[in-house]
Amino acid sequence: MNTKVTIAGVEFKNPVMSASGTFGSGMEYASLVDLNKLGAVVTKGVSNIPWEGNPTPRVAEVYGGMLNAIGLQNPGVDVFIERDLSFLSKYDTNVIVNVCGKSVEDYIEAVERLNDTNADMFEINVSCPNVKEGAIAFGQKADALFNITDKIKKVSKKPIIMKLSPNVTDITEMAKAAEAAGSDAISLINTITGMKIDIERRKFVLANKTGGMSGPAIKPVAVRMVYQCANAVKIPIIGMGGIMTGEDAVEFLMAGATAVAVGAANFINPSAMIDVIDGIDNYMRKHNVSDINEIIACV
Amino acid sequence: MFYRNVDEGKVISQEEISDGIFSLWIKNEGANEAGAGQFVGVYPKDKSTLLMRPISICETDKEAGSMRLVYRVAGKGTKEFSSLKKDDTVKILANLGNGFPVDEVKGKCIVLMGGGIGIPPMLGTAKALFGEDVHSYLGYRNNDTFLSDEFLKYSKVYLASEDGSVGVKGNVLDALRASINVKPDVIMACGPMPMLRAIKKYAEENNIKAYISLEERMACGVGACLGCVCKTVKKDDHSHVNNTRICTEGPVFDATEVDI
Ligand SMILES: Cc1cc2nc3c(=O)[nH]c(=O)nc-3n(C[C@H](O)[C@H](O)[C@H](O)COP(=O)(O)OP(=O)(O)OC[C@H]3O[C@@H](n4cnc5c(N)ncnc54)[C@H](O)[C@@H]3O)c2cc1C
Ligand SMILES: Cc1cc2nc3c(=O)[nH]c(=O)nc-3n(C[C@H](O)[C@H](O)[C@H](O)COP(=O)(O)O)c2cc1C
Ligand code: FES
Repeated sequence: MNTKVTIAGVEFKNPVMSASGTFGSGMEYASLVDLNKLGAVVTKGVSNIPWEGNPTPRVAEVYGGMLNAIGLQNPGVDVFIERDLSFLSKYDTNVIVNVCGKSVEDYIEAVERLNDTNADMFEINVSCPNVKEGAIAFGQKADALFNITDKIKKVSKKPIIMKLSPNVTDITEMAKAAEAAGSDAISLINTITGMKIDIERRKFVLANKTGGMSGPAIKPVAVRMVYQCANAVKIPIIGMGGIMTGEDAVEFLMAGATAVAVGAANFINPSAMIDVIDGIDNYMRKHNVSDINEIIACV
Repeated sequence: MFYRNVDEGKVISQEEISDGIFSLWIKNEGANEAGAGQFVGVYPKDKSTLLMRPISICETDKEAGSMRLVYRVAGKGTKEFSSLKKDDTVKILANLGNGFPVDEVKGKCIVLMGGGIGIPPMLGTAKALFGEDVHSYLGYRNNDTFLSDEFLKYSKVYLASEDGSVGVKGNVLDALRASINVKPDVIMACGPMPMLRAIKKYAEENNIKAYISLEERMACGVGACLGCVCKTVKKDDHSHVNNTRICTEGPVFDATEVDI
C-alpha cells in the first residue's frame, strides 16, 4: 500500500502534517507523539524579528471548535533556526516553516535567513496584518497576493506554499493569483474570522475582540474551498480545516488535496495526527486502495 | 518527575464537599509522578465541549496511585465532571506545569495562601512540606470553609472570610498581618488575581520571596499554542519576548518575574 505523496518535488511518507500554530515546532508534543511518523511538521509562524502577540484572553471555546487571536507571537527567525530547526533535524520527517511578516520586506528577510537551513519548504501566511496597506492582510486582495508571492518566489531557495485565507469573496481568485505568481503549492484554509461575546459580563471574550475559528465546525467550508481551488489551479493543494479523523482527511483528498494538515484536533486529542494516519490506512485497506494518489481529486 | 501522557483515569470516588464544589479521586498513571501545584487537563466527553479543562492537582495518594481534584462547577465541562461516579473513566492530560518549588524552601518559615477555589493545590503543597514550619492562610467568602480541616493535619491554619463570619474579616493578607508572630521567609499562593497582586506587592515591600500560581484560558496545555501567556518583567528565555507560557513555564512563578 502506498501512502507517499509528492509536492513540488518533495516526497512525504504520508499526506498528514501539523497545521501551523497548533503544534509549536513539534518539540512541545514530542513526548506525546512520535514525530517520525508524520508526513511533515509545519512549524508555528515565524517572522524576521520577535513578535509579542496579542493580549489575553487569546483563546475561547465555541460550539464545534475554538477561536484564537494569538497574534503570531514568535521568538524571531534567528532563535527559531538555532533552537527549533536544529531540534527538528533529529527527526525523520519533512519540515515546513510557516513564515509571517508585516511588510514584503519582513517576509523576504525571514525567507533569506531560512534559505540555507534544513527546512524542506516554506509556507507563507498571508493572513498577517499588512502594516503598509492599512492592516488589510496580503491574503485578502488578489493583486497584493500576486505581488508578495512573486517577490518571495524570487528570493526563496525552497518551494513555497501560499496559505490562503477563507475570509474572501472568491477563494479561486486568490488561488489563481498565487499560481500565476509562481507559488509551488497552496494550502487552505486558514481560520475563519469570528467573535464571541460574554453576555454575563457584556464584554468580548477575546481581548482582540475577533479571533480565527478552527475545529470540526469549519470542515464543510474548507472542503468546499479545496474543491473549488482544485478545479481552478494545477498546483498541489494542502487541505485543512476541522480534520479530526482519517475519514475527514480522505474527504479532503477526494476534494482535491494532495496532503492534509491537522490543527485544533491536536488540542482535543494529542494523538490526533497518528489517529488520522491510521484512519487513512484503514480506509485504504477496507476499500482496496493500493495507492493513495488514486483517491486524490476522485470526486 | 516528568510525566506526560493522556491517561485513562478511573474514578475512585466523588463527593460534593461544599455547595457546588466537588472532590474527585481518580486512579491514573501520572498520579505517582505528580508534584504539588501541577495541574492536569480533564477532557469532557460531550462533543460540544472540545478543549480540556485545566484543574489543579489537590493532592495525591502514592500508595493508591491516585490524585484528587477539587473543583467548582463553573460551566458545561465542570458540570459534566460533577456527574462522574465510581468506576467511570475519564481522559486526562497529565501532568502539566511546573508546580511549587517545595524542595527549595525547606528549613524556612513558609506561608501558604489560598483564596476560594485556589485553595485546593495548597493542600498538596502543605502535605509535601509536612514537618516544616508551615502556616496556611485560607480565605473564604463566608463560613463555608471547605478543606480547611484537612490543612490542620500538615500545618497551622489561619482563616479569613469576606463577611467576617469566620476568622479574620477580610482576605488572607489581613489574616497574615493579624498574626504578628508569623514572619514568613517564603509565601506560596493560589487564588484570584486581586489577591495575587496584593501578595506580590506585600512580598516585594517586605522582602519576602513569593511564588504565585496563575490562571489563563488554555487550548493545548503543553506549550504549543501560546494561548495562555502572562506578561513578564524581563524577556522570557523561551519566547524571547515579554511573555511566558502559564501552562509550561508556570503556573507557578516567582512573583517578581511576572507583570500582573
Ligand atoms: C492552571 C489552572 C488550574 C486550575 N485549577 C482549578 C481547580 O483546581 N479547581 C477549579 O475549580 N478550577 C480550576 N481552574 C479553573 C478551571 O479550569 C475552570 O473553572 C474550568 O475550565 C471551567 O470549565 P467549564 O467547562 O466548567 O466552564 P466554561 O465556562 O463552560 O468553559 C469554557 C472554556 O473556558 C475555559 N475556562 C473557563 N473558566 C476558566 C478559568 N477560570 N481558567 C481557565 N480556563 C477557563 C474552559 O477551560 C473552557 O475552555 C484552573 C485553571 C487553570 C488555568
Ligand atoms: C492556536 C492556533 C494558532 C495558529 N497559528 C497559525 C500560524 O501561526 N500560522 C498560520 O498560517 N496558521 C495558524 N493557524 C491556523 C491553522 O494552521 C489552520 O489553518 C486552521 O486552524 C484550520 O485548521 P483546524 O481547523 O484543523 O485547526 C493557527 C490556528 C490555531 C488554532
Ligand atoms: S495552553 Fe497552549 S501554550 Fe499554554
